[in-house]
Amino acid sequence: MSVRLGRIPLALSVPATLAALLLVLPLVTLVLDTPWRDFGGHLVSEAVRDALWITGLTSVLAVVACLVAGTPLAWVLARVDFPGRRVLRALVTVPLVLPPVVAGVALTTALGRTGVIGGPLHELTGFAVPFTTAGVVIAHTFVALPFYVLAVEGALRTSGEAYDVVAATLGADRWTTFRRVTLPLAMPGVVAGAALSWARSLGEFGATITFAGNYPGTTQTMPSLIYTALQGDPAVAQTLSMVLLVGSLAVILGLRHRWLVAP
Amino acid sequence: MTRAPGLAAQVEVRGRVVAEVHAEPGDVVVVIGPNGAGKSTLLRALAGVVPMSGRVEVAGVDWTTLPVPARRLGYVVQDRSLFPHLTALDNVAFGPRARGVPRHLAEQTARAWLDRFGVGDLAHRRPRELSGGQAQRVAIARALATEPDLLLLDEPFAGLDVGVAATLRLELARHLAAYSGVALLVTHDALDAVTLGSQVVVLDGGRVAQTGSPQDVAARPRTEHVARLVGLNVLRDGDTFTAFSPRDVTVSLEPPHGSARLQWHGKVSSAVPHGDAIRLRVESSPPLLADVTPQAGAELGLAPGRAVWLSVKATAVDRYAHDPAGGAPT
Repeated sequence: MSVRLGRIPLALSVPATLAALLLVLPLVTLVLDTPWRDFGGHLVSEAVRDALWITGLTSVLAVVACLVAGTPLAWVLARVDFPGRRVLRALVTVPLVLPPVVAGVALTTALGRTGVIGGPLHELTGFAVPFTTAGVVIAHTFVALPFYVLAVEGALRTSGEAYDVVAATLGADRWTTFRRVTLPLAMPGVVAGAALSWARSLGEFGATITFAGNYPGTTQTMPSLIYTALQGDPAVAQTLSMVLLVGSLAVILGLRHRWLVAP
Repeated sequence: MTRAPGLAAQVEVRGRVVAEVHAEPGDVVVVIGPNGAGKSTLLRALAGVVPMSGRVEVAGVDWTTLPVPARRLGYVVQDRSLFPHLTALDNVAFGPRARGVPRHLAEQTARAWLDRFGVGDLAHRRPRELSGGQAQRVAIARALATEPDLLLLDEPFAGLDVGVAATLRLELARHLAAYSGVALLVTHDALDAVTLGSQVVVLDGGRVAQTGSPQDVAARPRTEHVARLVGLNVLRDGDTFTAFSPRDVTVSLEPPHGSARLQWHGKVSSAVPHGDAIRLRVESSPPLLADVTPQAGAELGLAPGRAVWLSVKATAVDRYAHDPAGGAPT
């Protein structure tokens, strides 16, 4: 600091240090405690390969679901004036603060074998959503979608409606305007939202295990496997955790240039 | 309202503007007035991007309920608004493409328009790589590329350097002369009205205060704003206006002899060079402008604060009636 405003008060520096320690220390100990020597050996088991595959598949599918359905929802919230818009916007953000286990229970009431939608679906097709890989994707999408929608809606509001108006005066209908003007200008928000929702989906545990269970090969994701492994072999749990930590760090580094750097 | 080949509009935007505008094909209607007079709102209403009541008819087509994309419209908005993610060429080709012209034809059209505005070699630059004058040329080319029936230009020279604005004004005059639709141009500059306009609409407080030819409006202004723009003294007495040039005002330190009605007393509030003369602003009632020679200024000691008498010969003033209807020309 170039300006001398006086001594930093202890009342601020001590809690700040504690907060920083709480955030950093567990990560450091995780790195130090990871059995690096057997790192590769812990990763070759079939359960790990299955969990990596399920996690990769479901998190990518969840991001695709966010892109396909979340982008239009964000557009509607940012651009269309309709009664109940504020209410809908508030409802969209609820899963952000909802305990994931509660999200799992809520999904069961809607899509479970006897759920409001899941019941008739099961009667008609014999297909039940819970405890399937599709159920994992739905649970992931449910928890990741709010992050995505909020990021994209923010970007749409920032880029503003002025360019949409210009496009309309040039003869573009709303679909053309969306494709050629609105979406390209909101692209930074789309990328950030996709990365956020992917990271959220990657770590998803509570809603998934409640709604879709923990079956190796179909619904057991990395977080579920880590939870299972920790009860038997902590070394495996640490190894798998390292893999997820590296994945999360990759997201942060990828986003650093976009909006994680404070001015 | 009859089916007109040009523009016939009767526009009301609640709380902002009430105006009637009629123009023939090829007309350039210059809209002037002080800030907040409703000039931009009038253009936005004609474009259909702000809720309005009334009626808009362009080239015989009723636009009143027509969605914005269906209007054959060219609109250059105040802050340029070139699409930042598209090149100059793609910006200009956007309109034709949105109207269903195949890509290569739209790009041909766009290139021709860029060439016409002398910015063909900048076709592959993005807006942030263009200067203000270049960007404005692209914006006007983009508005014209769809061959609109109605061209709306909202302060196209705002924010440009004086020299750039002067060049662009000449270019625009040439393009407007060749343009067969109706153009509306919002400006703060009396010069635009005279050099570009075939008709002037003066807005004041959201209403049409005066319409007429640029020459008529400049010679016989009916609002203080236009009087100031053209540098005339205008007095209003009921429904009669009296206009006279600052050149015709005699400045003296003693009360002048003659007609009691055309003399005023007040203090000089500013004295600045104006061409060969010194232009005085005198805080009489009402405030007036007076031009004196530099010699007279020195002899009489006409610095700010000096109390002076102003008078004007009755033969030097122009008296005309106020037209309460707003005077839509035929």
